[in-house]
Amino acid sequence: MCSSAFSSEMLRPFFPMTRPSSTGKAFFIFNQKGELLISRLYRPDVRRPIADVFRIQVISSSDVRSPIVTLGSTSFFHVRVNNVYVVAVTKNNANAALVFEFCYRVISICKSYFGKVDEECVKNNFVLIYELIDEINDFGYPQNSEIDTLKSYITTESVVSSQIVAEESSKITTQATGVTSWRRADVKYKKNEAFVDVVETVNLSMSTVLRADVDGHIQMRAYLSGTPECKFGLNDKLVIDKSERGAIDAVELDDCRFHQCVRLNEFDSNRTISFIPPDGEFELMTYRATSNVKLPLRVIPTVNEIGTTHVTYLIVVKTNFGNKLSATNVVLRIPTPLNTTSVDCKVQTGKAKYVPEENVVVWKIPRIQGGQELTFNAAAQLTSTTTRQVWARPPIDVDFQVLMFTASGLIVRFLKVFEKSNYHSIKWVRYLTKASGTYQIRFILHGHFGVADEGGK
Amino acid sequence: MNVFSRAAPKKGENFELRADLNSEYRDKRKDAIKRVIANMTVGKDVSGLFPDVLKNMQTEDIEQKKLVYLYLINYAKTQPDLVILAVNTFVKDSDDQNPLIRALAIRTMGCIRVEKIIDYLAGPLQKCLHDENPYVRKTAAICVAKLYDLKPELVLENGFLDQLNEMISDSNPMVVANTISALSDIHTSATSQPSTSSSDPAIFTITPTILNKLLIALNECSEWGRVAILSALARYETDDEKECEHICERVVPQFQHVNGSVVLGAVRVIMIHMRKVSREDFNKQLIRKMAPPLVTLLSSPPEVQWIALRNINLLLQKRSDILSNEMRVFFCKYNDPLYVKVEKLDIMVRLANEHNVDALLSELKEYASEVDVDFVRRSIKAIGQAAVKIEAGAERCVNVLLDLIATRVSYVVQEAVVVMKDIFRRYPLTYEGVIPTLCANLEELDEPEAKASLIWIIGEYANKIDNADELLNIFVDTFTEESYSVQLQTLTAVVKLFLYKPDTSQGLVQRVLNTATKDCDSPDVRDRAYIYWRLLSTDPGAAKSVVLAHRPPISLPRTTVAPALLDELIGEISSLASVYQKPAATFIGQGRIGVDSMQRRGADLADSAKTALQTVAAGQASENLLDFDDEPAPEQPTGLAATQVLQQPAAKNFLSGTSANPLDDLVSIFGGASLSSSAPIASGAPALDPFYELSGVSSPTAAPSASKQQEDLLGLF
Repeated sequence: MCSSAFSSEMLRPFFPMTRPSSTGKAFFIFNQKGELLISRLYRPDVRRPIADVFRIQVISSSDVRSPIVTLGSTSFFHVRVNNVYVVAVTKNNANAALVFEFCYRVISICKSYFGKVDEECVKNNFVLIYELIDEINDFGYPQNSEIDTLKSYITTESVVSSQIVAEESSKITTQATGVTSWRRADVKYKKNEAFVDVVETVNLSMSTVLRADVDGHIQMRAYLSGTPECKFGLNDKLVIDKSERGAIDAVELDDCRFHQCVRLNEFDSNRTISFIPPDGEFELMTYRATSNVKLPLRVIPTVNEIGTTHVTYLIVVKTNFGNKLSATNVVLRIPTPLNTTSVDCKVQTGKAKYVPEENVVVWKIPRIQGGQELTFNAAAQLTSTTTRQVWARPPIDVDFQVLMFTASGLIVRFLKVFEKSNYHSIKWVRYLTKASGTYQIRFILHGHFGVADEGGK
Repeated sequence: MNVFSRAAPKKGENFELRADLNSEYRDKRKDAIKRVIANMTVGKDVSGLFPDVLKNMQTEDIEQKKLVYLYLINYAKTQPDLVILAVNTFVKDSDDQNPLIRALAIRTMGCIRVEKIIDYLAGPLQKCLHDENPYVRKTAAICVAKLYDLKPELVLENGFLDQLNEMISDSNPMVVANTISALSDIHTSATSQPSTSSSDPAIFTITPTILNKLLIALNECSEWGRVAILSALARYETDDEKECEHICERVVPQFQHVNGSVVLGAVRVIMIHMRKVSREDFNKQLIRKMAPPLVTLLSSPPEVQWIALRNINLLLQKRSDILSNEMRVFFCKYNDPLYVKVEKLDIMVRLANEHNVDALLSELKEYASEVDVDFVRRSIKAIGQAAVKIEAGAERCVNVLLDLIATRVSYVVQEAVVVMKDIFRRYPLTYEGVIPTLCANLEELDEPEAKASLIWIIGEYANKIDNADELLNIFVDTFTEESYSVQLQTLTAVVKLFLYKPDTSQGLVQRVLNTATKDCDSPDVRDRAYIYWRLLSTDPGAAKSVVLAHRPPISLPRTTVAPALLDELIGEISSLASVYQKPAATFIGQGRIGVDSMQRRGADLADSAKTALQTVAAGQASENLLDFDDEPAPEQPTGLAATQVLQQPAAKNFLSGTSANPLDDLVSIFGGASLSSSAPIASGAPALDPFYELSGVSSPTAAPSASKQQEDLLGLF
């Protein structure tokens, strides 16, 4: 695909080999030692030794600083998950985003089938993985990768071909290629129910400047018969375009993305979210919000360096939600200098413990009620060191969960289900706001020697 | 049963496997096949078991059938004569009542790259292309592409291409998507053959009728199909403005898709067709709609994030207004991988302006206290770039740098000194108050670049620094031990000092010229010393006007790729070329691009001459890289050499500062390949600037003012 600046006649002899929707010529899964666990080659000009090249250049190399490595004209796209590498090989100007999306799809399909992805599980299920890979990728072109559909015909038990199965297969294939490739037509439930979980992850980076945003996921579990037509409504006013902002009772989303069942052109024209859901669990929507983010917890650290032998901590945690709600599983990870010998901690609630191998004090609080305020006092003893090693002062990291609270202010107003048989359906909505490794508070070290000693001698 | 099995050893794993494959129990046979596949995967040779595995092909068990097929695909080539035994089963399967089996048969047959099988493929394929079941049809469509890859004439003879073209109108969107993939694949193969003429039937041109079908299918097919269709839309050529607007309107909803490659595919189509739309408000609206989905890509896994960031970087060079208010979203997270952080830094600097420079600086200052040395250095570089870019924020940048210098962490101080030099080059005579602090750290410096920078500063301000002669004396004392870049700077700085204060530094200049001409083994240093010597002895006035000439301030380049290349890369958003920000021909095509052909291409498009030359150079460079597929044995050393060359894209911009001029690369490559002619040198004058190598920020102005370059040119010739 070359620039339109070149006339096609001119360009033809030098047209770069581009297969824009292909994931390339080979697909591998390696273990940490660089041994091949899965190998599928799609084109004849890729041969096995290429796997050795990857082992030598990427797995054995200590300094790989890019997820794509190009050697000669061959590019290796690799994703590491636990102790295996998922690798796609291309020899042309591949669509890099597509290749990585595909790799991650393979990973998520494997997770869904086997519960996890690691060397042991790949080894134990290699036959099934081959089967899956052949189903979701033909000649380098990704095919249907809907987990729900795949599970209907690629199973852990063997399928025996017979008359009955043939009929069943017809249904499967229609589904796999149909307009609603994500749903079977003959779904039946005694009780028609739909569960909606709004899960928000708060990303906070607090230093001199505050940056907070919310990654939201709307997870749906639909147990609905037939081919239900659903309409989904959020806050009275949903503001996605920045120019329309300023309305009351509005949730301002910077952007949202939908499961492929949602009709994008309808959303684009009149902001309605309508769809025929897949059967069972799926992610209906993801969104991002950056304005009016309500931070559930406020953390105010004061860290002082006393001479070169002590660092003292005073950390205050305040809640920022109603008295009826509570934050659970709160874990603060408070970094200590690298030359810390011991830490004395004083807390009223929860347990605090110094973990030397990670250079942190872990403060665990099972529950904080709304309106509560907790403090943490500690003093770290330091040994004297001769080297002038800088303490990187990693941020304080806070993990928590708050039920029935959304940091973005998003509310589900309605979920309507229309079906031919006009059955009654029950809908449930749950909200959860959480942080896990994303809620970070940087702190300043107040020392007695001014700025020059900020690093801690 | 045949020669092969009789000749095989009577023990070992393969012997046991053979026994099991011929077992009377079904379970045992199936288990044996699994073990064979496992051995095949780890690279053990199990081709000897071919006939035994083949016997298990005729089965009711789909899983077993798939395994046997997998084995066949791998080993068919080694046993071309025996594969014929499988043909019957394939043909029978392609007529099975179960559509999954029919599709499986046709899919596998296409993967077996043996002449004998291919000859039997046409019949079943013909039938499957018209199968009532869409699943079979979509598999058959891809199979045509497979067949074309093997034996194009067979595809043409059987009229499969015409059938594919008809299938674009199929009622099933998945079939349409696969048909498009297949046609595009065939198009690629056909156009990459140099001999094809424009009348070649394999060329897939998108007509307005096809366009409409594509736009309809786009909303209905699977995510991967959407990518294929979007790629086809990107290729559609039209000059009709209304049509372009129509395409853009129809593609915009895809921004909301959950799959990042669909989003980038849509961005690409819109960037391409937007060029033809002259209504600025329409374009503005598209750009506005593009920003949120691009930012959302930053919540993807790190690899996808990186692809997105590289492409955002390109988009910003084309349309700097895309993310004008979004700098904060690019702030690095503590646990981002380095390659993501590096890209974010670059984009942050691009988005920096007077209003957000404070936020940027406090963020960069935080980064400078992290542990990864590489990242810390880059953060400090970014501070310098912000200073050069934003005049109103320069002073604050300098203050942050002073804070960093006060930490006395060696690499922080050294990088800060290098950055300060660039700030002096941008704002001459503005921050002289900083000089004492810099000089106080003289002993801390051990890297040539930092030393050279500090010496340059001392030389530049020799008339204002009281003890300049003392400071320079330190470097003159160790002159022969220093690296060449430091020697060159010392030489120039001492001459400057002499021109400012002839009375006090005559001895020093004598000494340095003496040492440089007598004891130095670099011809560059020696020649420069001779030039200075002669200049000073013949006409000190001329020396003054050359050495102390006014230099225009440097500026931060807005783009890192040439405009013609930028347009080409924007047209390839989300591809490897756009990630590497290089034309595709430089990293694929085995480096066999002919020089004349590239020149022809370049000659026709005067504008893209730079691109073409660069391509040639890089092509020649990659020619040396061994194609390890052809010769597996000696691949190691060249492969290693190749990593060095090609791992750089991740951090390319930063490694080379933000050097913008593609000719710079070119000159160095040509220089290395001893191909240098007078032409590139003349036009590539900036590369001769002695500061060029040291500078984090280079001057993009190719046309040098005579006075500026004179000193440097003299130094070289």
